[in-house]
Amino acid sequence: MRQKTIYILCGIAAVLLTWNLYKVFMVEPDELNQGAIYRIIYIHVPSAMTCATGFFVALLASIGYLWKKDLRYDAVAAAVTEVAWVFATIVLVTGSIWGRIAWGIWWAWDPRLTSMLICWLLLVSYLMLRRAVDEPNQRARLSAVLAIFTFTDWIIVWKSIEWWRTQHPGPVLSIRNGGGMAPGMEAPIYWNALALVAFASALVLLRWRQEGVKREIDALRRYAHAL
Amino acid sequence: MDVRNLTFLFYGFLAAWLIVILYVVSIAARERKLRQELDRVKRLVEEREVEQKRL
Repeated sequence: MRQKTIYILCGIAAVLLTWNLYKVFMVEPDELNQGAIYRIIYIHVPSAMTCATGFFVALLASIGYLWKKDLRYDAVAAAVTEVAWVFATIVLVTGSIWGRIAWGIWWAWDPRLTSMLICWLLLVSYLMLRRAVDEPNQRARLSAVLAIFTFTDWIIVWKSIEWWRTQHPGPVLSIRNGGGMAPGMEAPIYWNALALVAFASALVLLRWRQEGVKREIDALRRYAHAL
Repeated sequence: MDVRNLTFLFYGFLAAWLIVILYVVSIAARERKLRQELDRVKRLVEEREVEQKRL
């Protein structure tokens, strides 16, 4: 069943991404001031949306673990956080490449970029923490606390362009009352976000299954030592 | 059209897809490792159980 769901999600993502690539490169016109480079927004923003979805699911799973003490919640949080980290990396890298053309610099220590970098580093520390702690319950408890803390940083990342004057552009999407983009130019962002969330969900299902196998290996090892 | 603009657009999309591909490859490698580890631990348990029965 899970295998079938993974194939379906990958299929949906592939169809949507192919259609969107056609729309973005063949239909959408260049932006008046930036030219062609503005198209990076079609991978940058959907990746950030996918990342945000991941953080939210990780938050729920982490709270679920702290409440129920069930390691299956921890497995979900671990799988989702790792995939969210991949998309956070894409956000940072594509943003930096866009900045090189739009601003003339690769990086600026403004609140949006800095808080996102901190968020990325928190995700790295989450993944390192999981490797460093062997005892499953202790690992799950510490990871859950860190995941909740990372989500609070994500709120700062999200709101930073409203709270402070930043080098990073302010809200441009109409869902954030930005209104800086024509509706025709905005639609592929949401479709791409849907495609990336579908693809990320498939990756999470794969990682979740691996976390289950890890738990099985741990249990068998303990049983073997007890014999 | 500014060629540099297009080049960096290409770099952006290339980087994004490279990151995704690397991650998928790493998942596949881990899957293979975990399956091997699971088989090894299962064999170990079977051997220990046989030893227990002999004793």
